[in-house]
Amino acid sequence: MSPENHQHAPLHLADEGDAATALAEAEAGQHRFDELIAEDSRIEPRDWMPESYRKSLVRQVSQHAHSEIIGMQPEGNWISRAPSLKRKAILMAKVQDEAGHGLYLYSAAETLGRPREEMYDQLYSGKAKYSSIFNYPARTWADIGAIGWLVDGAAIVNQVPLCRASYGPYGRAMVRICKEESFHQRQGWEILYSLSHGTEAQHQMAQDAVDRFYGPALQMFGPPDGDSPNSQQSMEWKIKRFTNDELRQRFVDMLVPQVEALGLTLPDPELKWNEERGHYDFGDLDWDEFFAVIKGNGPLSRQRLEHYRKARDEGAWVREAAVAYANHQAQGRDRDQAALIGA
Amino acid sequence: MSFASHDSATRQSQGEAITAEEIASSGAKAEDATARYALLLGDDALILSQRLGAWVSRAPELEEDVALANIALDLLGHARFLLTYAGTAWDKTEDDLAYFRPEEEFRSCRLVEQENGDFGKTIARQLIFSFYQHELYSRLVQSTDTTLAAIAEKALKEVDYHQDHAAQWMLRLGLGTQESAQRVQAGLDSVWSYVEELFTDVEPITELGDIAVLPSTLREPTLNRLHQVIEEAGLSIPDMSGAHGADRSGRHSEQRGLILAEMQVLARQHPGATW
Ligand SMILES: [Fe+2]
Ligand SMILES: [Fe+2]
Repeated sequence: MSPENHQHAPLHLADEGDAATALAEAEAGQHRFDELIAEDSRIEPRDWMPESYRKSLVRQVSQHAHSEIIGMQPEGNWISRAPSLKRKAILMAKVQDEAGHGLYLYSAAETLGRPREEMYDQLYSGKAKYSSIFNYPARTWADIGAIGWLVDGAAIVNQVPLCRASYGPYGRAMVRICKEESFHQRQGWEILYSLSHGTEAQHQMAQDAVDRFYGPALQMFGPPDGDSPNSQQSMEWKIKRFTNDELRQRFVDMLVPQVEALGLTLPDPELKWNEERGHYDFGDLDWDEFFAVIKGNGPLSRQRLEHYRKARDEGAWVREAAVAYANHQAQGRDRDQAALIGA
Repeated sequence: MSFASHDSATRQSQGEAITAEEIASSGAKAEDATARYALLLGDDALILSQRLGAWVSRAPELEEDVALANIALDLLGHARFLLTYAGTAWDKTEDDLAYFRPEEEFRSCRLVEQENGDFGKTIARQLIFSFYQHELYSRLVQSTDTTLAAIAEKALKEVDYHQDHAAQWMLRLGLGTQESAQRVQAGLDSVWSYVEELFTDVEPITELGDIAVLPSTLREPTLNRLHQVIEEAGLSIPDMSGAHGADRSGRHSEQRGLILAEMQVLARQHPGATW
C-alpha cells in the first residue's frame, strides 16, 4: 500500500491557518460525497468522506479480515487428517484462499488509513471482533463439509451484495473473494453429499455436523434487525444493501432445497413453507448464546485467540529479521548510489 | 475432478494442469521397478507436504501462511501424480498407497520426516530439499518413461518457486538479525546430517537406467548450489562428519510413525468408505 493512501481528508488546517477555508472544504466534500452515494457511484480512498463513514468501514472491513484469519484454524486443523489426498488438496487450497481473503481485506482497510499492525494488535489483544461461528469446534470431518456448505454459504449471501458496497476498495475485494467462496461452498456440499450417501456412520456424521452448524450459521447475518444499531446507517451509506433479517431469510430459502438434495435435514421443527409470504418460516434462534459468544464466551474463544497469539509471538523474530534485512538492503542501495554519484 | 488444486486463486507457482485422475485414466501402466521408484519420490513429496501443511494458521506472516500452503499444495500434487502412477503397477489407488500402507513400507527420506521446528529449521529443510528436488526434476524430464518425464516437467516449474522462496528466506534470516542468524544456523545444523541420504544410490534406482536419475549424480551440483547460498547468507556449512550413513530401506526416523498415525487415522476408521 503506498503511503499517500494513509492520509486522511485534505483539511490543510496547519498550512492555511484558516478555519473558514477548512469548513468550506468540508462542506464541499460532504456535498460531493452525498452526490456520489446518491448516484450509486463509488467512494475512493482519496475522496473526502465523513469520519463516521470511515470509522464504520474500518470496523466492518477489519472484522471481516479477522474472521478470515481466525476461520483458518478450525479447517486448518483437519488438513493433516483429511481422509483422501484429493480432499486434502482441496481443503489446503481452500484454507490458503482464506488467508488470501484476509490479505485483500487488510489491504482494503489500509486504504482507509488504518495500519495493518494496528489491526493485528487489536486481534491479538482480544479487542477486535470476528465472526463468532469460528469459536465453535470442528470436531469431525463432516464439520469441514458443514463449514463449507453453511458458513461459506452464508458468507456468499452476505457478500454478494457487498460487491456493490459504496467504498471502492472494499467492493472490489469482495468481487475477488466471492468468486472463491462459491468454490468453497461447493466443496463443502460435496463433502456432505459423499458422507450422506456413504456408510451409516458417515451419514450420521454428516447429519450431526449440520445439526450443530445450522443455528450458528444463521446467526452469521447478525442480530435481528431490531437489535442491530449500525445497520440503518450502513444501508443509507450503501455499504450494506439488505438488512440482517432479509439476508437470513434469503439464506434459509436457499438451504431448504439443497438440504433435500443432500438427503439430510435441518434441525428446525418450525421450518415450513409460507405460501403467503413466499418464503420459509423458521424458528427462533438462541440469541442469548449468540451474545455470549460475541462477548468472548464461545466454546473455543480463548483457544482461537491463544493460537493466534502463539503464532504471532513465535513469528516475531522472523518479522524483525525481514525488516532488518530490508533496511540493510536499502542502505546498501543508498551507498551504491552515493558511490556512483561520487564517481 | 471438479476442484483441481489449481482452482485456488491465491496460487503462486505456475504449472501445467495435469491431474492425478488423468494419469489414472491414461492407461499408462508402470513396470514394477519404475513404480517403486515413483513411490519413493512420491513419499518424499507427500511427507514434506504433510509437514508444511501444519504451518497453516501458524506462520510468522499472513503472506507466509499463503506461501507455505502453496508449497505444501504443490508437493501434494506431485505426490498424487507419483502415487497414482505407482499404483498402476499393482492396481492400487493413490489413497490405497497413502493411507493403507504400513510405516515400514514408506520410502521417504529422513530429511522430510524431521519436525518443523521453528521457521528457521523449516527454511533450512526447505532449502536443502527444494535444491535437491530441482536438480532431480531438471534431469528427470529426460526420463525415457514418458509419464515420469511429464510429471517432472510440471513439478519443475513449481519447484522453481520453492527454491526461490527458501533461498530468499535464507538470506533474510542469515543477514537479518543476530537472533535470526543463530536460529537459521541451528536449523541447518539440525537437518544437515540427513543430506547424504538424498544422494545414496538405492534400489530400484540402480536397475532403472535412463528411466531414473541416479542420486549420486545430484550430489555435487546440489551441494555446490547450497554452499553458495549458505555462504551468501553469511552462515557456515555444517560439518558433514556427523552424517548418518543412509539408505531408504526402512531405517526411517522415529517421526515417520507419528506423521502417518495422524495422516491415516480417519481413513483407517472407515475402511472401504468413499469421501
Ligand atoms: Fe473467505
Ligand atoms: Fe471461504
